[in-house]
Amino acid sequence: MIAKFSHAADIISTVEFNHSGELLATGDKGGRVVIFQQEPESKSQPQCRGEYNVYSTFQSHEPEFDYLKSLEIEEKINKIRWLPQKNAAQFLLSTNDKTIKLWKISERDKRPEGYNLKEEDGRYRDFNTVTTLRVPVFRPMDLMVEASPRRVFANAHTYHINSISVNSDCETYLSADDLRINLWNLEITDRSFNIVDIKPANMEELTEVITAAEFHPNQCNTFVYSSSKGTIRLCDMRASALCDKHAKMFEEPEDPNNRSFFSEIISSISDVKFSHSGRYMMTRDYLSVKIWDLNMESRPVETYQVHEYLRSKLCSLYENDCIFDKFECCWNGNDSVVMTGSYNNFFRMFDRGYRQDVTLEASRENSKPRSVLKPRKVSTGGKRKKDEISVDSLDFNKKILHTAWHPLDNIIAVATTNNLYIFQEKLN
Amino acid sequence: MSATTAMEVNAEARRILAVSISKLYASRTQRGGLRLHRSLLLSMVMRSARDIYHSSRECEGPSDAQPTQEEPMDTSSSLEEQTGLPEPVQPEPQPALNSTELPPEEPDSAEEDSDSEITEDKENLSPRRQSRKRRGKVSAAPDFLPSKRARLEPGEERYAAPLGSCRAGAGESLTALSLNRVIPAF
Repeated sequence: MIAKFSHAADIISTVEFNHSGELLATGDKGGRVVIFQQEPESKSQPQCRGEYNVYSTFQSHEPEFDYLKSLEIEEKINKIRWLPQKNAAQFLLSTNDKTIKLWKISERDKRPEGYNLKEEDGRYRDFNTVTTLRVPVFRPMDLMVEASPRRVFANAHTYHINSISVNSDCETYLSADDLRINLWNLEITDRSFNIVDIKPANMEELTEVITAAEFHPNQCNTFVYSSSKGTIRLCDMRASALCDKHAKMFEEPEDPNNRSFFSEIISSISDVKFSHSGRYMMTRDYLSVKIWDLNMESRPVETYQVHEYLRSKLCSLYENDCIFDKFECCWNGNDSVVMTGSYNNFFRMFDRGYRQDVTLEASRENSKPRSVLKPRKVSTGGKRKKDEISVDSLDFNKKILHTAWHPLDNIIAVATTNNLYIFQEKLN
Repeated sequence: MSATTAMEVNAEARRILAVSISKLYASRTQRGGLRLHRSLLLSMVMRSARDIYHSSRECEGPSDAQPTQEEPMDTSSSLEEQTGLPEPVQPEPQPALNSTELPPEEPDSAEEDSDSEITEDKENLSPRRQSRKRRGKVSAAPDFLPSKRARLEPGEERYAAPLGSCRAGAGESLTALSLNRVIPAF
């Protein structure tokens, strides 16, 4: 089953399910956040999980101008992270390049009526006409979903923010830019602690930047950050206030046979995600997805090639800028399958247990609602089989950078440039 | 490495350099400011391309080197002096700002004496000779480019790239200098 929605010509820049999977948030280049809500399962079709419909839309960030540096600050939403739900309202953090905001999303489905001093439209009544006293009552109204900014965490990042991650303690979160990682308390906006700083004394000596960071799902003292050199560092905040010394460093030696002009670019890690169990973490670089066991730093335990056929095309991909694309990756609920995007609106799933992988396509032409997605194949050899697509026919403008997997069910959200696709597992 | 392959690699390296430089320039006008990560990756590609260009030039031999000398200067001279491709390396490295050892792949450097006399070897000039002044029209930056130097953050000092940087010796200075220019906004 497929539900498709399109943003009015705005490029989707982040997709994230909340902890229950009932809500799905997307952020776009225009600074807007759109939240979808899963409809409750219909009684007539209990096997069919509810569809996702628009629940709330709000403008999270506006373009700003840094007068000191004469730089425009883009309103594009880089990341959204949900807080675990504690009461009726939902909270999420959204960030652009410089500022993080905490948004409260709450429902209003009742309103008080029967005020003594006010008319229903809000005008004040003439006191002389008030002869009786009544208690206002709540009456149902059409559901209204309100989003209000509760905190604004600003002015803590010199460089561009690439990640935010909520701690399992639900009190703190981290934000990471190219060279620094800051720790915040969700209640306090005027102060943050710098916990990682890799800025060299002389910027001419800069060799690597931070590309992603995430807190461990269970251990509130542990977080990881990935670098443009393909390394991942795990840090323990109990060790010291400034976590410049890593507790563990994960790095795979480079294969000398694969050395090229672009080796450094393609080894840069674009995303890092812990498994739900906390035992593993997954990294995405340009051509592959790697699964690391936190107990083994020397090499990943599993490596999956996403689109190895692109290795011989790196020069063209450099010229058309595609080599700089930052693909994300995600785990399914029980950590048995991982997913990531590719070009031509293809996305890939790797089943770790069965050692199988599949390539699927998110496009209007190839999928009708309620139809099953057909596996796709890219032909790499000389002979192209029927239904296969050759590497040269791939559309590199159609890229899937952002994907998300429902935390509990087999429902996935896949963002193409302007559209969001939601796929569900077909149940028989 | 055969002469033809070396020439191909040479041409490829030059092309990549030209593409990289134009990308660096384009990123200056990008909305949201210069992206540090992207700039860093671009400069790394430029460094690789330049290193490979060097080693392929060595393999070509001195006779082939001459006709191609002017071309690299033209493509990059329109931008900044310091990012221009270096000429063949001097046999004995001058006590330059930044390179202290000869790269291992330059055993034939003695033969390049004749060539290097014709053209100036910018990167191996001794510090007092090397000048940042723009000489003449060919190497002058176009009018539309700002000629200001990189902005420093509070506490930073402007000083020469460190001695003893060991990666590919001769080329190191240009990368260091270009990085300084690449990351001016910070």
